[in-house]
Amino acid sequence: MSKSIAYSRSQLTWLVILRVLIGWYFLYEGLTKIMATNWSSYAYLRDSKGVFAPFFTMLTDHPFVMDVVNAINMYGLTAIGLCLILGCFVRYANIGAIGLLTLYYLSHPPLIDVHYLIRPEGSYMWVDKNLIMLCAIVVLMLFPTSKEIGIDRFIYRKKLSGN
Amino acid sequence: MSGKEELNQPDKEQTKPELPSSNGRREALKTLATIPVLGAMAYGVYQKKKTEHNNKLAGSIFNFEASPTVMDRQPDGKTIRLGIIGFGIRGSQLMQALGFATPAYIDNLKEQAKKDTQNTRYKDFLEQENLNVEINGVCDIFDVYAKEAAMAGANVNKEGTNGKFDKLPVIYKHYKDLLAAKDIDAVIIATPDHWHGTMVIDAVNAGKHVYAEKPLTWTVPETYLVADAVRKSGKVFQLGHQGRQIEINHRAKEIIQKGLIGKVTLVEVSTNRNDPNGAWVYPIHPEATPSNIDWKQFEGNPERIKEYMDYMTSVGAAKYVGPDARDKFSLERFFRWRCWWDYSTGLSGDLLTHEYDVMNHMLDLGIPASATSSGGVYYFKDGRTVPDVLQTTFEFPDRDMSLLYTATLASQYNRPRKIMGTDATIELGSTLNVTIDRASQRYKDKIEKGVIKPGEPFYRYASGKSIDALSSATEMYFAERGLLFSYVEGKRYNTTFLHIREWLECIRQDKKPSCGIDQAFEEAMAAHMGTRAYLEGRTMYWDAEKQVITRG
Repeated sequence: MSKSIAYSRSQLTWLVILRVLIGWYFLYEGLTKIMATNWSSYAYLRDSKGVFAPFFTMLTDHPFVMDVVNAINMYGLTAIGLCLILGCFVRYANIGAIGLLTLYYLSHPPLIDVHYLIRPEGSYMWVDKNLIMLCAIVVLMLFPTSKEIGIDRFIYRKKLSGN
Repeated sequence: MSGKEELNQPDKEQTKPELPSSNGRREALKTLATIPVLGAMAYGVYQKKKTEHNNKLAGSIFNFEASPTVMDRQPDGKTIRLGIIGFGIRGSQLMQALGFATPAYIDNLKEQAKKDTQNTRYKDFLEQENLNVEINGVCDIFDVYAKEAAMAGANVNKEGTNGKFDKLPVIYKHYKDLLAAKDIDAVIIATPDHWHGTMVIDAVNAGKHVYAEKPLTWTVPETYLVADAVRKSGKVFQLGHQGRQIEINHRAKEIIQKGLIGKVTLVEVSTNRNDPNGAWVYPIHPEATPSNIDWKQFEGNPERIKEYMDYMTSVGAAKYVGPDARDKFSLERFFRWRCWWDYSTGLSGDLLTHEYDVMNHMLDLGIPASATSSGGVYYFKDGRTVPDVLQTTFEFPDRDMSLLYTATLASQYNRPRKIMGTDATIELGSTLNVTIDRASQRYKDKIEKGVIKPGEPFYRYASGKSIDALSSATEMYFAERGLLFSYVEGKRYNTTFLHIREWLECIRQDKKPSCGIDQAFEEAMAAHMGTRAYLEGRTMYWDAEKQVITRG
């Protein structure tokens, strides 16, 4: 992973744009949850379907667990969004994002003949936008840009000079 | 490492060395290049907050202080000793609300919970608040039901078959023996309609507090007797209209009283069902025989029967009597008694009363000035005499308003209750919606300023939470299915449980329940007017001075 890739200007530009847009998406999702009064993932989790549904609904039985889950969503999404936009600690933000997206995908898998109370705005079978975004983040991990454009450039330099 | 650095630098930088300061600026630029994006986000969020704030200002018109509908419980209240009269479908539900169920019912709940981990009915039942009552006597004229009622009464630990049970309550063959029991303070009456009035009178005269299922009475003359007896006795009486406990109804009442929907001229309520059970074609118990059913007691109180027959024959409604002779044993008539006027009050007594009471609660209607009905047996042509489609219009000239009730037992299209005012309309389904009227004078300014969009739901309320115009469609979607807020509120309550709980607390604290004898009398007279209008095919009027139903 320590090997850096030489990007062309347009490659770098579009990779950064992709990173910032995904960051934007996460940040706004997080902010709306923080700003909403009494936001809770309760209803979303209750609506879980598929093999893992019992696990996700089980979470809603415990108020304390719900508080933790809600906090992870509100502040996790916000922090990940900030990191991706600013290009700081992007590696960890990516790991967090992949974790959350995996949970979203598993709790609401787009299975055949499964209906959710929140209807998706499109039509999906097995593949949905969560899965695609998850893949996009994996791609961003393999083609990192924050050490080029982003605060990681500074953090990274500092660490180097420290050595 | 430096080689890698070079790799990452664009070619230009390698060929054209620059001044250190310029390089530093370039470094800073690359490090901080994406920060302006946050500015854009901040601007967007600011704009959104601003519009939300405006919406909130509009929503604040409908701001209320939360009013708890659950009555405070008296600490160390005494145990109330109960007797249960009637353990059919409703009787068993009422006992469940009290916290008592048959072992078979518990087995079933356990089975459901095993099959579906999301089914929490068993857990909910176990966790249901203990109402501090004991069942000392039960009475049902069908022996199988009487035994089941006793088993439920003994099932204090809420156990399934093979569980540990308390001592069985006494099984009384006749309700009058139950009423004579010294170890019973209060009774719950869930018998067929033709017995309600007589039993309430006998119960209060025997010094028992009473919770009776609706409707209050079967005949008009007995309605006066019941009201007198209950008032004179000073006993705590509650009629089983659990709609009084629905939280959104209390909020709707508040909205109406504050004049927020303007002058109400029309109210629409309805009943829609579409299955045999909903049309009273209940299952016939396989063990039922003439030997384990006390048919004589089922027939009814001779005085009531005389009142009924006198009325039916005097107004030319004899065709609605029978068709079977009253003394002829019939399993169909025993289990599906709601289908015949001989025992029933039809749609009027069974379902219109619920709707009427809800509106009486919200609008303090009292007894209507007139009632007109129409309908017929249009779908369940199974020999029943009561209609399965019914329309009743009540007029309230003093209030300048009409109440329209429409019902069919052959379509379960869901229609919310509608209260139409000059400034806004309230729709009551599982949630409360207020839609501002385009022609409203009260909200004219706000409509012109664009703060209120007329014709669109403006204010919504569900289970203890106000939802203003900014709430998401998703949130509403969940709320309407009762999924939302259970977690926030902690627990979801069954309205029947709350209604019984209120009655018990009123007994302990010597207070008046929400659906006491005054409300019950109004409910009964309104329903009787609707029934008579149907049976006689003409409008019925209420003479408020003489307190009698007239034909104008």
